[in-house]
Amino acid sequence: MKPTDTVPPEMTDEHTVVSDGLAGGPSNADDSPGISLGSSRMEKIRRSMLLTILPLVAAMVVGGLFLLALGRDPLAFYATMIHRAIISPSGLQETLIRMAPLLLISAGLIVAFSAGIWNLGGDGQFMLGAALVGGLAASSAEVMPRGLMLVLMLLIAGTLGAVWTIIPALMKARYGINEIITTLMMSFIGVNLASLLVKVMFLDDRPGIQTPRTPVLDVADRLPTLFGTRVHSGVIIGVIAVIGVHIMMTRTSLGLRLKILGANVKAAHHAGLGVSKLTVATFLLSGMFMGLAGGVEVLGVQGFVRADWNPSFGLVAVPLVFLARMNGWVTIAFVFLLSVLSIGGELATRDAGLPNQFGLLIVALVLLFMTVAEYFESRRLRGERTVWATMADRILSKGDAAGE
Amino acid sequence: MDAEAIRSERDSGTPLIELIGITKRFPGVLANDDITLTVERGEVHCLLGENGAGKSTLISILSGMTVPDAGIIRIGGTETSMNSPRHALDLGIGTVYQHATLVPTLTVLENLILGNTTGVRLNEAEGLRRLDELASILGADVDPHAVAGNLALDEQQVIEIIKALWKGKAALILDEPTSMLTPAGVGELASMLQRLKGTGLGIVFITHMLHEAIEMGDRVTVLRQGRVVGTIAPAELRSTDSERLRDRIVEIMFGEEANELSDVAELHVEAFESISQDEPDSGGGPGGQVQSVGEPILKLERVSLEPSQSSHGLHEVDLTIAEGEILGVAGVGGNGQKELAEVLAGQRPIDSGSISLRYNGAFIQIGRLGVHSRHEMGLRYLSDDRRGEAVVGTMSVAINLVLKRIGKPPFWKRQIIQHAEVWQHAEATIKEFDIRTPGPDTNIGKLSGGNIQKAILARETASDPRIVVYNKPTHGLDIRTSLAVRERIRQMAADGVSAVVISNHLEELLDLCGRIAVVSKGRIVGIVENGPNAERRIGDLMVGAFAL
Amino acid sequence: MSEALITALLVGAIAAAVPLMLAGLGELISERAGVLNVGLEGMMLMGAYGGFVVALATGSTWMGFIGGAVAGGLVSLVMVVLCVRWGLDQIVVGIGILLGVEGLTSLLHAAQFANTYPRLGKAAAPSIPWLSDIPVVGRVVFGEPYMVYVTLIAVFVAGWVLRKTPWGLAIRATGESPEAVDAAGVNVVLVRSLATLSAGVLAGLGGAYLSLVSSGNFIPLMTGGRGFMALVLAMLARGRPIWLALGALLFGFATALTTALQIFGIDIRPEIVNSLPFVVVLVVLTLFGRDDYLPSSLALPYVRGER
Ligand SMILES: Nc1ncnc2c1ncn2[C@@H]1O[C@H](COP(=O)(O)OP(=O)(O)OP(=O)(O)O)[C@@H](O)[C@H]1O
Ligand SMILES: [Mg+2]
Repeated sequence: MKPTDTVPPEMTDEHTVVSDGLAGGPSNADDSPGISLGSSRMEKIRRSMLLTILPLVAAMVVGGLFLLALGRDPLAFYATMIHRAIISPSGLQETLIRMAPLLLISAGLIVAFSAGIWNLGGDGQFMLGAALVGGLAASSAEVMPRGLMLVLMLLIAGTLGAVWTIIPALMKARYGINEIITTLMMSFIGVNLASLLVKVMFLDDRPGIQTPRTPVLDVADRLPTLFGTRVHSGVIIGVIAVIGVHIMMTRTSLGLRLKILGANVKAAHHAGLGVSKLTVATFLLSGMFMGLAGGVEVLGVQGFVRADWNPSFGLVAVPLVFLARMNGWVTIAFVFLLSVLSIGGELATRDAGLPNQFGLLIVALVLLFMTVAEYFESRRLRGERTVWATMADRILSKGDAAGE
Repeated sequence: MDAEAIRSERDSGTPLIELIGITKRFPGVLANDDITLTVERGEVHCLLGENGAGKSTLISILSGMTVPDAGIIRIGGTETSMNSPRHALDLGIGTVYQHATLVPTLTVLENLILGNTTGVRLNEAEGLRRLDELASILGADVDPHAVAGNLALDEQQVIEIIKALWKGKAALILDEPTSMLTPAGVGELASMLQRLKGTGLGIVFITHMLHEAIEMGDRVTVLRQGRVVGTIAPAELRSTDSERLRDRIVEIMFGEEANELSDVAELHVEAFESISQDEPDSGGGPGGQVQSVGEPILKLERVSLEPSQSSHGLHEVDLTIAEGEILGVAGVGGNGQKELAEVLAGQRPIDSGSISLRYNGAFIQIGRLGVHSRHEMGLRYLSDDRRGEAVVGTMSVAINLVLKRIGKPPFWKRQIIQHAEVWQHAEATIKEFDIRTPGPDTNIGKLSGGNIQKAILARETASDPRIVVYNKPTHGLDIRTSLAVRERIRQMAADGVSAVVISNHLEELLDLCGRIAVVSKGRIVGIVENGPNAERRIGDLMVGAFAL
Repeated sequence: MSEALITALLVGAIAAAVPLMLAGLGELISERAGVLNVGLEGMMLMGAYGGFVVALATGSTWMGFIGGAVAGGLVSLVMVVLCVRWGLDQIVVGIGILLGVEGLTSLLHAAQFANTYPRLGKAAAPSIPWLSDIPVVGRVVFGEPYMVYVTLIAVFVAGWVLRKTPWGLAIRATGESPEAVDAAGVNVVLVRSLATLSAGVLAGLGGAYLSLVSSGNFIPLMTGGRGFMALVLAMLARGRPIWLALGALLFGFATALTTALQIFGIDIRPEIVNSLPFVVVLVVLTLFGRDDYLPSSLALPYVRGER
């Protein structure tokens, strides 16, 4: 299976040679004469805004209908949501904090998806990284300086995440066993193992703790915060990771090798790219980011891991990265959007007395509408008429056939 | 009107198929431009034209795969919208597409009854009966329970034809059916078509081999850049001798540019001559040229690959190739040619034996080296799976041209891509090799087969090649492109670059090579010096090996 | 081991296996047609909710199952339109569907039953004189809820349909090579749509089994990853319904084992038992199953004439 086969071309800048002949650029010059580079860049920005904002509005409208049906005031709900997520300083901080794990996970997904590898086992890799850090951080903080402890913990989290992909990696590289199966299975095992670690190995067994959890890392020992806010430096790590991955994918030879692997494995083999090594490297890199995400979330926000905690960030990030077409900058924007929706959604639903999962519904609607918007946009770019026009045609020609 | 009726309406005077003003545009290309043509019952209508002329587009419109932007299709005099393959099949139009359309995991019988049975259960008995009937019309011997993917390519081609006939009660459309066949296979196909024609079927036949068109066709239409640029009516086709016809067609196909071809005209005339089977000892011809052969450069000793379900493997292959030599590899498709090529390129590890390459004056074992190292040492491989493995279809022409030099200067500096260098290299190469593309940034997968082949050829022969393995280098190419490819191979040999040319067109090997190795079931059954009698001796070896 | 333990174990294994079997069977069918249905979990969840609501309103378990099937089928229509007709990415849409259904069902549940927590009665099971009274076998073989028998029949019917009917042939061929199927005059979009729809219906039934038979009520997110488990099972079954059924039984057995052991005071961590089947599968894959079989056009949208 080659996920990237169907991927539209990435949104690269004008000078990039790896682009699709269909999506504009010099090859289409004859179709759009006289458009200068500057205005085509403007056009691109305008278009991508449109592709994000329209679906967002549509999702809000549909979500609003649900709210109306439940007797809530949609406008008030959305106002609370936006206020809580962006406008109020503490809300904005929450939103930024939420971005940290999502950014790291997205970085891991960008690498994997570009190389055509469906690492759907992010949850297991994330939870193992988190559990190990949760278990070790507090005790390590007692024996070593904070800086060393933090670096060591991040190393451990990244390594464990990477290690958890070794079996799927080898099975894919050696026997060609589909990674969706293996990463999902490893994820089940990983989540169970993480819970076991928390309950057995790292259990904080002081009395009075109801749900089993690991010892708590002192607030003072957590990741340093930025500019006197509560936002921790994990967010910076996340941004650097996504941008770093983006540069790697678009500029370096390794990035191109991975993309070739994703686009056509046979061609990668034919070109002597060392398919097995690349495959394993992709898995390791991807898993590392997932584990790191777990570590950062514990070191920056939680301070400990509860046995029943599993935020399942991995799953939401999958469509997000995909819709961003594996572009790092767009991913960052989408991650921000998702954080706004989930933080604002959590707080607004609480205020409105609705279940937390209502936020999921809005996220899902945004994702689906964005996919649909992409579809219509790609049709428009290809110069095809809309589905409706084609359908009308069909109906008319059916009429003809019947008249024969 | 049903298919039977359409076919039998012989005397009504309406043609079987009429295409009027067909136009189809793809992004950046006008693939069909106001094409009008008719197909009569009991007639083979040959469609000729260079790569990318729009032949396949036209027949995919006729078979319901592509909806035209404008134009009228009439079948048996009735206008139809032809908006799905189902529609075409129901009207009795059966098609053998340029690419394979058998499901490789299904058996032959399952492939044939796919979409043909109604009712709750698969009707295998009925299918078997029909298969027997069609196989006997074609004079073919078919195992209905063989898995399609395990059959040799020429056997698959026969199944494709049977599949097209299954529904194609009125018309049969064949898009380059001979490109996978050996000369003997082509002969059989010709007689099949003769028989089918006799039953009143209309046949559309696409080929790049002019002699096939001249031998088999009753009417010829030539396309160029999406337009009909000439037709040859049955009367003229019958009354003119083949040499004159050939010149005439070449002129129609390439217009003024045909003059370029006249330099090498004698060459292709010879080439066409040599293929006609019954002509004794014609093989010597142009290929008999003496090649200045130098020191050995590549040695294979007892190279073996274990056979598998879908492959004969290789058995103790011994070969030595000298500097500047062009060595041919002949044989029926699927007898180890692909394996040999991949073993040489390093895409497949050998099970035993040794491969050594002379490098910096000494022979080194390369049997364990990967593709990349061998490429660096000047060993190149031009794969026959153009779209599938030789290029990344969703990436630009420019990137595909440097696909095997990723990370190397001047295109990468400290592992960072230099877009300007890549772009300039692409522009220069496109110009030098006359690759027809809207631009360097067009996805290579959108190009026609011939142009993809030119790009691959450019890539593999760039930056100090020393020995190049060509697997079916001219397969599916138009005359001009295939002459250009041959010319390139020859030129490079003159510069001391050795070549291994694998082909199922014997004529091509006789034209190019000094020696020709014959493979059968993974063995080299003999090596023939090119010259008088070579063709017959190769034929004997191929037949003899079969008798084993 | 006591008779009661064995009976509990086997009954529990079957009860846990049935939802996996149903959903997995749906996934298997759609995969053979080339559609990877990552939203399976969502379709199960919708089925669980729809089944519960209908059963509650009508008082009939059978109507509940129909409701579940319809609910799952409706969700799969999203996939039919977006992925099969428009060729959008199956994994993205699948995950979108899952998130959406999680949100929707939680919301509806909160709006309707937030304070009441209604429960359904016990699902009916046959009681055959003599046979049902045989120790162990009587209860396990002849005393299951009716849906268990329906599921087993569905497994065999699906196997037969895939192997022996024109529809099965079309489904198998579509997953391998949709262009070949299209060229043979079979409507690829129709085949894939029906396969996707049947995945939705079967997953809906599987979900409904959870709410109607297993627990008797609906709890938000109650499928708890079973959809993904079914997805893995379907991918491992090499396209054979019977293997899928066996795989589901193995997993059911592991689940039942945890419960049974705990009941009998043997404290073994559920995490270990729950992971065990996956560990076994991975070991087996590493040692023996050196290749997997998946249709070659799985998850690739088909656009006629695309180059
Ligand atoms: N699906 C497609 N998308 C974009 N361009 C296409 C598509 N199909 C064909 N073309 C373009 O249309 C033109 C005609 O292609 P076509 O395949 O009909 O040529 P042809 O005469 O059959 O060539 P060949 O001899 O190489 O088979 C080419 O320029 C080709 O690149
Ligand atoms: Mg063609």
